[in-house]
Formats: sequence, C-alpha cells, structure tokens
Amino acid sequence: MAAISPDNHGLRLGLRYLVLVLVALIFALPLLFMVVSSLKPDAQLLGDTSSLRAFLPVGDISLENYTQAFRMAPIRLFVLNSVLVTGLTVALSLLICSLAGFAFVFLNWRGRDLMLSLILATLIVPFETIAIPLLMICSKLPWLGLDGIEWGWLNSYRVQIIPWIADGLTVFLFVQFFKDLPRELIEAARAEGASWWQVYTRIVIPLSGPVIATAAILKFLVMYNQYLWPLIVVQEESYRPVMVGLGYFFQLNTPWGALMAYLTVITAPVLAFYLILQRSFIASIASTGVKG
Amino acid sequence: MSSRLTRSNRAGWAFALPGVGLIAMFIIVPFLFAFGLSLTDQRLVSPNPTQYVGLDNYRNLLSVGLLTLEPERDDAGAVKRDEAGQIEYPRVRSITRSDDFPQYRGMSEWFSWQSGENRKVVLASDVVFWKALTNTFYFVLVVAPLQAALALCLALLINQKLRGINVFRTIYFMPVVVSIVVVSLLWRFIYDGQDGLLNAMIQWASLGALDGHDWLGDPATAMPAIMVMSIWQAVGFHMVIWLAGLQTISPTLYEAAAIEGASKWQAFRFVTWPGLRNTAVLILIVITMQAFALFAQIDVMTKGGPLDSTQTLVFQTVERGYGRQDISGGSTISVLLFLIVLTISVIQRWLTRERR
Repeated sequence: MAAISPDNHGLRLGLRYLVLVLVALIFALPLLFMVVSSLKPDAQLLGDTSSLRAFLPVGDISLENYTQAFRMAPIRLFVLNSVLVTGLTVALSLLICSLAGFAFVFLNWRGRDLMLSLILATLIVPFETIAIPLLMICSKLPWLGLDGIEWGWLNSYRVQIIPWIADGLTVFLFVQFFKDLPRELIEAARAEGASWWQVYTRIVIPLSGPVIATAAILKFLVMYNQYLWPLIVVQEESYRPVMVGLGYFFQLNTPWGALMAYLTVITAPVLAFYLILQRSFIASIASTGVKG
Repeated sequence: MSSRLTRSNRAGWAFALPGVGLIAMFIIVPFLFAFGLSLTDQRLVSPNPTQYVGLDNYRNLLSVGLLTLEPERDDAGAVKRDEAGQIEYPRVRSITRSDDFPQYRGMSEWFSWQSGENRKVVLASDVVFWKALTNTFYFVLVVAPLQAALALCLALLINQKLRGINVFRTIYFMPVVVSIVVVSLLWRFIYDGQDGLLNAMIQWASLGALDGHDWLGDPATAMPAIMVMSIWQAVGFHMVIWLAGLQTISPTLYEAAAIEGASKWQAFRFVTWPGLRNTAVLILIVITMQAFALFAQIDVMTKGGPLDSTQTLVFQTVERGYGRQDISGGSTISVLLFLIVLTISVIQRWLTRERR
C-alpha cells in the first residue's frame, strides 16, 4: 500500500467510511423499514413513506399490528412447526452425516469410493429439479403409524424432515474436516482396543466443534427458510411452517402493518441468532467456498 | 484416501448406511425417476393407468415452427390495408387450425417480426414454456455476472484494515440470513405502484417531477425489479466467499508488488485477480445454479405475470407438477432444467480450466 501523506490521510479515511456507510444503508434500510413499519397504523405507515419518517419509529407507535397479525393467522402454531421441523432435521442431519463422513474417512470398506463419488455428484443436482418426482414418491411411501401401515407421507412432519436429513454438502463438510484430523490418534485408540463407535463418540466428535457449527448453521438456514417443499407437500394448516403460513397475507388489500409485524416476528429470531453468532455464520458460508 | 487401517466392511457400511441410504432414496432415486416420469403421462392422482408415451412430452414442450405470412391481396393483386394503413395478414389461427398445415397444428404465436411486406411468425406448441425458458436465461445472464462483480467489489471494500470493519461486514451479510420469502413480501411493498416506498422516494428526490411507476405490474420492469431484489438479498453470500479467497492471497505478494512500484490497479490485476481464479470459478457456478432455481420471488411477487413476463422454468415445473398435478409435465421441465444447468457448469469449468 502506497505511503499516505499525513495531511490528506484524514480526508481519505473519512471518504472510505462514507462509502462503507452508504453501502450499509442500502442493506439495512429495507429491514429497518420492516421493523419500524410493524409499529405503525396502516394510514400513518403509508403517509410516512414520502419522508425519512419511513425509517423512524415516530408518531402513533403501538403493538396493535402484532395483535392483529396473531388474530389473522395461527402464527404460534406455524412458528412451533418450523422450530420442530428445523430442530429435528438439524440434529438428525448432524448425527447421520457425521457418521457417514466418519465411515468415508476412517473406515476401509467395499464400495466406499464409489459411494463417495455418487454422493459428491449429487452436489450438482439442484433441489428444484427433483421436487416434482420427490413429491410423487412421498405421496406413495408407507409409514408405520399407531393404526398400522398408512400410505402416503403428504401432510405430516416426517415429509418435511426425513428427505432433508442427509445431503451431499453436509457429508462433504464432515469428510473435509475429518481428513485433517491426526490419524495417529485414531490408530492409537484402536490399538488399545476401542471400538469404532467409541472412536467416533470419544475422539472424533469432541474434536469436531467447528464443522458441527458450520453444518448446523447451514442446515438451520435452509430448514427455517423452507418454502417450495412445504408449499407442495403440506396442505393442512396444522403442519404448515412459517414461510408458507405467510400465504395468509397474499391478498388484494394487503394489511401492510400486520404483514410487517408477521415478517418481523418470523425474522427476528434468525437475525438475533445471526447477530450473536455472526462470526460462525460467516465462517460457515466461507467454508462452503473451499471446495473449489 | 489410502488407509493403513484394516478392512472393516461391516463397520463401514453400518456407519455409512443411514446417510447413503437417505441420499439414495431422496436425491438419487427421484433424480433418476424424473427421467422415467418424463416419458410417461403420470399424474399425481388419476383413475387411468399410467402409459409410456416416449418423447411426446419433450415434443409438446419444444416444438417450434417458423411461418411466413404473405399480405392479403385484393382481386387486382394490391396489398390490402386496414383503416390505420397497416397491412392485413391472414390470421395465425386460421393456419394452426387448418388441415392444410398439419405441422403447425395446435401451435400458437410466440413472437413475430416484419420482413419486407411479409410477416414472420414464430410458433410454439407451448408458448409459456418458451417464455419461461427465455426469462430464466435473461435472469441468469444478467444476475450471475452482475452479482459476482458486485460481490467482489463489496469483498474488496470490506477487506480493508479499518477500525469497525466487522460491523459493516455484519450489515452487508444480513439480508442473506433473511428468508427470500420475507424479502419478497417486503419488497412488494417497496415496489408497490400506489403506496410503494420506492415511488415515494423517487417523487421526493425529484421534488414531485417524476411520477410513480407500477414496477411489478409492467411487463418491461417486473423482471428487472426482481433481479435487483434478488441481488440485494444474495450478494452478501458471495461477498463472503470472495473474501475467503482474498484472504488466501499471501501478503508477501502485495509487498513484492509495492516494492516493484505497482499501482493499486496493477496490484489488483496481477496479484489479486490471478489469486482468485478458483474462487471465481466456484462463485460463477454457484450463482448460476442458484439463479436457475428462481422460484420463491416469482411465486410471492408476480405468479409469472404480468403477461408471462416473469415465468420461469422452476415456477412452471411447480405450476404443472403440483398445481395441475401433471407430474410428467413437471418432470420433463425438471429434466430439461437439469440438463441446462449441467451443460452450463461443464462449459464454465472448461472455459476457466487451468491452462498449462
């Protein structure tokens, strides 16, 4: 970097910050507008758009829109469904994909290399291209329920969870991470008579904090923000997740204030989560880029 | 992965089976199934047995024809014109419904242009599909390079050593964690023709000189509006990947460049850019794949309208496969979409291959 003469140093620094702030406004203002608008009555919300008041919580501020939004749609149920589906999928995904990653890196079994190439090949298949045949398959699958075997998975939690547990990217992340673990550690444990399960639970998993965080965050974002899949497999309100529940507000005379309140309610947990763990979030995304 | 560990078939399969089994069942099987379904007339629920129909689905989607219409002439052979002075042509419908032209049967007009006295009309048996295909390409060809370039600019901006830079990085990345459905609904208000925030801001900035515009209601601006919003939401994602690439470049290279007296631009051109090769390939492929999957924005904001100007391949897949329960029709578009994505990522890899 070229030497900066002291007299214009302050000016250049100021300009740099000015650019940074202007760009930050582009990203922050729409979200700020969402939160601020959720506190205003519709008439004021629409009037305020023509001035900077649009981004300020001024005037007739209340939580009335939130009350109305909760009256218009069973938001509590939708949030509960999303939390349940997201939580279970993330947990099962971490378990099953780390087990598979373990097998691919530390175990030597017939068919291993073929299976790994097959799984990596799925990375170039966008979900959108298998959604319709998957819908067809899930509409026919059997399930052992309390009243014996029932056919068809549509309208359930399982159809939102099970197909999403294992995916190529998560397995790949674990494989990449496990490859860099010291093999001597595992061989020593085996020499002392530890079973593979013990090696997995007592040695490998305790060392895997970073990759578990990465895999969990990526899965969390995908699952909580699910839209296309639940849209086509869940018609019953009782299993509907938050993003599909937004359909209540797709109407001609949109109740803007209540809509902004709903958007804020379902976005706030993710944003809070992100702001607390922002380093891990950004590291997760960055680590998907290492595969190039 | 050579391993000195002894062979352990049983343990290996036991650990891998749940993951491998689920991926096979819910990704690989449906993927192969899509090809099979596209050769049948399968519906989600139907009283009739499913039949093998060969390539009929592909034919119905892809058939196009070029028709040259000659002007209508009166008995003296002069060209007929209507009251506005426009040349009169036979109606397209009279040809697509006529037994004299079996090759055009069932087709309708996709677009046309004037060629001398004649009018050339391109017919397609599935006009909506072709519009979806061209719109998807329009979206990808604009968004992929633009978003990659903007993300690189942001990454360079955020890669400076300044106090508080992490705050800015956090803000730029924020829209990425917000659901695209939430973003689409929020921006529907921003773009709204009557009460929209964008129109209000334009009127305020121009002191009332410029009038509002119904951004999503006008076929010319609906797709660009969705492009801008999509870039706004996703650009932080690719910024972070560029940033990871930037940070792999050794600082000693920049020091060497500085000693050689390189300008900032030269340092970027000869140190930064070559160091980002692999990142660039990855980003281009990732953005292209994501852009081809365009669906939620369309479903929330325009439903493919106005006048099919925002129809996309995935939206059509869902509208047919789910909306009309036409599983085979939806699968056929899925297969075509996959083939397109595959071809493009192979081409991208080939174009950006390591030259020795």
